[in-house]
Amino acid sequence: MSKETLYGWGRTSPSVSDVVSPATELEVIKDMSTAKRYIARGLGRSYGDAAQLGGGTVIDNRDLDGVGVISNDGVVTVGAGTSIDELLSFSIPQGWFVPVTPGTRQVTLGGAVAADVHGKNHHVDGSFGNHVLEMRLVTPKGAVTISPNNDAELFWATIGGMGLTGVITTVTVKMLKIESSQVLVDTERFANLDAVMAAMQSGDDAYKYSVAWVDCMSKGSSMGRAILTRGDHAAKDDSTKRLEGPKPAKLFVPFNAPSGLLNTFTIKAFNELWFRAAPKKKVGQPQSLSAFFHPLDGVRDWNRLYGKRGFVQYQFAVPESAGETVTKAIERLSSSGVPSFLAVLKRFGASNEGMLSFPMPGWTLALDLPVGPSALPQVLDDLDEMVLGAGGRIYFAKDARLSHEKVRAMYPRLDEFLNVKNRVDPEGRLISDLSRRLHIGR
Amino acid sequence: MENAFGQPQNVIVLGGSSDIARAITKKLCTARTHTVVLAGRNQQLLDESAKEAQEYGATKTDTLLFQAEEVAKAGEVVTAAFDKVGENVDLVIIAVGMLCNQREIENDPLGSARMANVNYTWPVAALGEIRRRLVAQGSGRILVISSVASVRVYRDAYLYSGAKAGLDRLCQGVAESLKGTGVTLQLLRPGFVRSKMTTGQKEAPFTTGVNEVAENTMRGLASGDLVIWSPPILKYVAVAMRLMPNQVWHKLMKR
Ligand SMILES: Cc1cc2nc3c(=O)[nH]c(=O)nc-3n(C[C@H](O)[C@H](O)[C@H](O)COP(=O)(O)OP(=O)(O)OC[C@H]3O[C@@H](n4cnc5c(N)ncnc54)[C@H](O)[C@@H]3O)c2cc1C
Ligand SMILES: NC(=O)c1ccc[n+]([C@@H]2O[C@H](COP(=O)([O-])OP(=O)(O)OC[C@H]3O[C@@H](n4cnc5c(N)ncnc54)[C@H](OP(=O)(O)O)[C@@H]3O)[C@@H](O)[C@H]2O)c1
Repeated sequence: MSKETLYGWGRTSPSVSDVVSPATELEVIKDMSTAKRYIARGLGRSYGDAAQLGGGTVIDNRDLDGVGVISNDGVVTVGAGTSIDELLSFSIPQGWFVPVTPGTRQVTLGGAVAADVHGKNHHVDGSFGNHVLEMRLVTPKGAVTISPNNDAELFWATIGGMGLTGVITTVTVKMLKIESSQVLVDTERFANLDAVMAAMQSGDDAYKYSVAWVDCMSKGSSMGRAILTRGDHAAKDDSTKRLEGPKPAKLFVPFNAPSGLLNTFTIKAFNELWFRAAPKKKVGQPQSLSAFFHPLDGVRDWNRLYGKRGFVQYQFAVPESAGETVTKAIERLSSSGVPSFLAVLKRFGASNEGMLSFPMPGWTLALDLPVGPSALPQVLDDLDEMVLGAGGRIYFAKDARLSHEKVRAMYPRLDEFLNVKNRVDPEGRLISDLSRRLHIGR
Repeated sequence: MENAFGQPQNVIVLGGSSDIARAITKKLCTARTHTVVLAGRNQQLLDESAKEAQEYGATKTDTLLFQAEEVAKAGEVVTAAFDKVGENVDLVIIAVGMLCNQREIENDPLGSARMANVNYTWPVAALGEIRRRLVAQGSGRILVISSVASVRVYRDAYLYSGAKAGLDRLCQGVAESLKGTGVTLQLLRPGFVRSKMTTGQKEAPFTTGVNEVAENTMRGLASGDLVIWSPPILKYVAVAMRLMPNQVWHKLMKR
């Protein structure tokens, strides 16, 4: 056991916890019986305070690793501390890809389940939980095997449950068959937000993967100019690449940059360059899986660029009919002068049964914002109101600042979730800094 | 818990009826603060402050009486305040302080000791217990209201500025000692502020109202900087204050 200062990817709100690293289910059970309050942690890629617990015990899941045999129909059981990166380096050579991947490979399977992560294919395939067949979960009441048919209630409380129902030790997941390690990508540049949203609405269904990058700092008629990239896995014949796993990052940021390095000026310049570098229209361009799915993984510890104060990611989802909320949100940001890198815009498909799962059919927008500008807290509070008014919600895995008062309305199944949690954790031992801040622990 | 912008949910104010602290508390409640425990020496003033906190969004408030001259009881006061919050405390503000007519009491041992106790010893004693509790939590912040007067002691207020100087320097040590604990300490150094402490006094350059101090405090909490100046320009004025030759300094501070 060691004492460690922990924070999320945004490097805000640190707290100190006792950290234990069990390597087996039995060790998890032992650690849980000696600690008073605890929460699991994966690779700490959630942006805020989800995987930390000041004054309590953090159960680091990294030693709960291992990958089983992949069956002929792609079913594999994986230790919850295994990262998607590790899983892919094992599975891609055998012709299997993860059914859903977030924008980084550096997340654990436990973290992927607990946040019910989504990827560029949400509009067709849903989120990670849709592809989980079974899990082992250690709750304060003991270890259980759960699936959509076996204690479905606990299963769907755990999918998206932010670690608050127990420590997941293994995840059985159905993988996706691939024939090459390339994706054929269509790229298109749009002059403004309306144009790209229209194109996504009419055309996304023809692609497995789709996402748009939006410039939130351009104003006037080019407000929300965007680059849309969509693609599908390349078939064997279309691709020159054999099945190659991911490569480790070559670049890294060795120390914290001064806060303020990323300011309105530098970010505007970056957005401009990035936008101009994209082709106006390009069809069928082959890209490696890494380049397409995990471009940010090429630079390790890039979050240090935001300096000591860190940054927040703001990600919301609104129903399909509330597309104008996306426009209004970007207008509010661009008029407030708060600097933000390119935002990620995506259309969500159907949601799943996860009680606290984030995705809902409609739109989602995510943007990174440096902590510093004094207008920022209020701007984001205003955006919350807009999102809530539109029937939308904020993503817990990214959040570090939402008001607890808005959570219940955003997540109408919260009480149902708390009932299930109470059943397996009657003493309220599973809590995190996030659950204390958002009042979702008890 | 506090959020990424340093906005706390559960707050204790020692000196809860201080005008500056009230202005800060209002801002905190407008942001994320829902639980406020106010400790002070005057129940009526504390009740008013609590009501105000509620008007600005606090859902749970409580009050607690103490006398800062009783330094031996500081630990009990802090314990009682933490108990009243009943959950993790995100921010403790130490706002207790008093001014005096220096020339009237400078030959008076008791009066001088009172100045030292209220401005220095009681806060120091309280810090001991606050530190212990927050470190056990693994998170939390302490905001100590120091003063620009702590930068350099002067003839006409050496009891006040000397005590503040002591508190200010000591707190820098506390802040350093907290590294790696998840707890942080920040110093607020206001210039002359229009408040009940300064009513009737001649205003100094860079005088502000309490709201301006509160706004600078919110910004300071978000930045995490050790020293929060209000107004911010005092950061540079203080450099000049420190560099001035003794003679010039004392001449300048003569009123
Ligand atoms: C660059 C980047 C891009 C991202 N892109 C996306 C994206 O496209 N889509 C998306 O959905 N998310 C995205 N994310 C967020 C990320 O996928 C999630 O936050 C994910 O949960 C991180 O996994 P982790 O292993 O780092 O978990 P941590 O951040 O360590 O923990 C996250 C949550 O999972 C819980 N948890 C972890 N392990 C276990 C376990 N074994 N049992 C129970 N609970 C556990 C923790 O308690 C915590 O609540 C991105 C993050 C980054 C940094
Ligand atoms: N005003 C300025 O110009 C200025 C400038 C720099 C720093 N400061 C500092 O800011 C802090 C707050 O001051 P303020 O301007 O807000 O004035 P204030 O309203 O007078 O605040 C001082 C606080 O200390 C309390 N207090 C004084 N003696 C006490 C005692 N013996 N026991 C218990 N509590 C006692 C007061 O209680 P009551 O409310 O009951 O009186 C009051 O709450 C002080 O530390 C002060 O030194 C002020």
